[in-house]
Amino acid sequence: MAGEEGKVDPMKQFEIEPMFGSDSWDVAGMNIAFTNSTLWMAITTILLVVFVAGGMKRELVPGRWQMAVEFFTGFIDDMLDANIGKEGRKYVPYVFTLFMFILFGNLLGLLPLGLVGVHPFTFTSHFTVTGVFAVISFSIVLIVGFWKHGIKFFTLFVPHGTPLPMIPVIFPIELISFLVRPFSLALRLFVAMMAGHVLLKVLASFVIDSTNAGAGFGVLVGIPSFTLMIGISALEILVAGIQAYVFALLTSLYINDAEHLH
Amino acid sequence: MPQIAQLLETYSSQIFWLLVFFGITFFVVGRGMVPKVLDTVSLRDKQIADDLAAAQSARDAAGEQEEAWRVRENENRAAAQALIADAKAKAAANTEKALAKAQEGLDAQLAEAEGRIEEARNSAMGEIEGVAAEAVQDILLKVAGTKVTKPTANKAVKEALNG
Repeated sequence: MAGEEGKVDPMKQFEIEPMFGSDSWDVAGMNIAFTNSTLWMAITTILLVVFVAGGMKRELVPGRWQMAVEFFTGFIDDMLDANIGKEGRKYVPYVFTLFMFILFGNLLGLLPLGLVGVHPFTFTSHFTVTGVFAVISFSIVLIVGFWKHGIKFFTLFVPHGTPLPMIPVIFPIELISFLVRPFSLALRLFVAMMAGHVLLKVLASFVIDSTNAGAGFGVLVGIPSFTLMIGISALEILVAGIQAYVFALLTSLYINDAEHLH
Repeated sequence: MPQIAQLLETYSSQIFWLLVFFGITFFVVGRGMVPKVLDTVSLRDKQIADDLAAAQSARDAAGEQEEAWRVRENENRAAAQALIADAKAKAAANTEKALAKAQEGLDAQLAEAEGRIEEARNSAMGEIEGVAAEAVQDILLKVAGTKVTKPTANKAVKEALNG
């Protein structure tokens, strides 16, 4: 749709396109085309490896880069320590990877690379992707919970001090709220990322269309819209960090439930 | 909404590649690098804690030495003060002795002088009596024309002078 009649389609940015003629790559009947989404996952992976590898000089007095990497590892380590306790240490690799992968994916999707003709793709704005993160986190909770506590894991759904007659009512409610967790995890990130990007594109279309309609409209509508875009871009950078943090924080809280049963 | 419109064609590719790249990141970064970074941090924290402990113990040792020095210093000062007090006492005793000696000499001189004065006064008194007796004899001879003997005159003068 974009390009036709000079209109901007705010949803175009979420379209997945196979690249390098890989449309027909199949494994066991499943299509695994290398898409633009895949490309940005690969970029995220490479940048993340480069970023953390740059902080591996292991110097006693850290430089700026090492400081930055240690800030992030320390941040996750402290978060897990505060929410889970000393058992949280063993989840640092997973939660760190999760947090950094989402954070880098969010931030890379916000890069203004459109100026040089490259279109960044925010893979965290697809619920197929956020869903996979949520399923992994939820699987860890289930596996750890049943591994450590066996059938007693179900006592998670009966809070302490529940009167006996209330258990048949409380148990299904708690169970449902537990089962909703992966969906809320996945949807929260996907919706937040998509909403921000759509808003930016809609405002961008205001700027373009109003300017095309005449100089007066351009000044009246285009300039305020552009000012708003600058502010919302800053907000989106904040949201990118917050959503990655929220995902990691909730994962650690859920793991805490599995480790300690309240 | 492409997320839903393209769901059926793309979900397998999305999930597959996400698992591939997330897996690579997890094993290379999460499992490979992050523990080393955390080790470095905890190593540094340990070193800082050790250094701080060493500094604290050095400070404690310095404090102890200062305390010992203070005790020694106080002892020395006390010894010095005892020495001074001793010397003072000795000096005072010496002075007293010298003063006593001088006093003794003065007393002796005084007594001697007093003796000499007494002697002089007695001899002067004797002379005055003799002169007075002669004067009495002369006065009586010239005024009354009577002659008195010397012992009588002496006796009368002695009675008049000593009352």
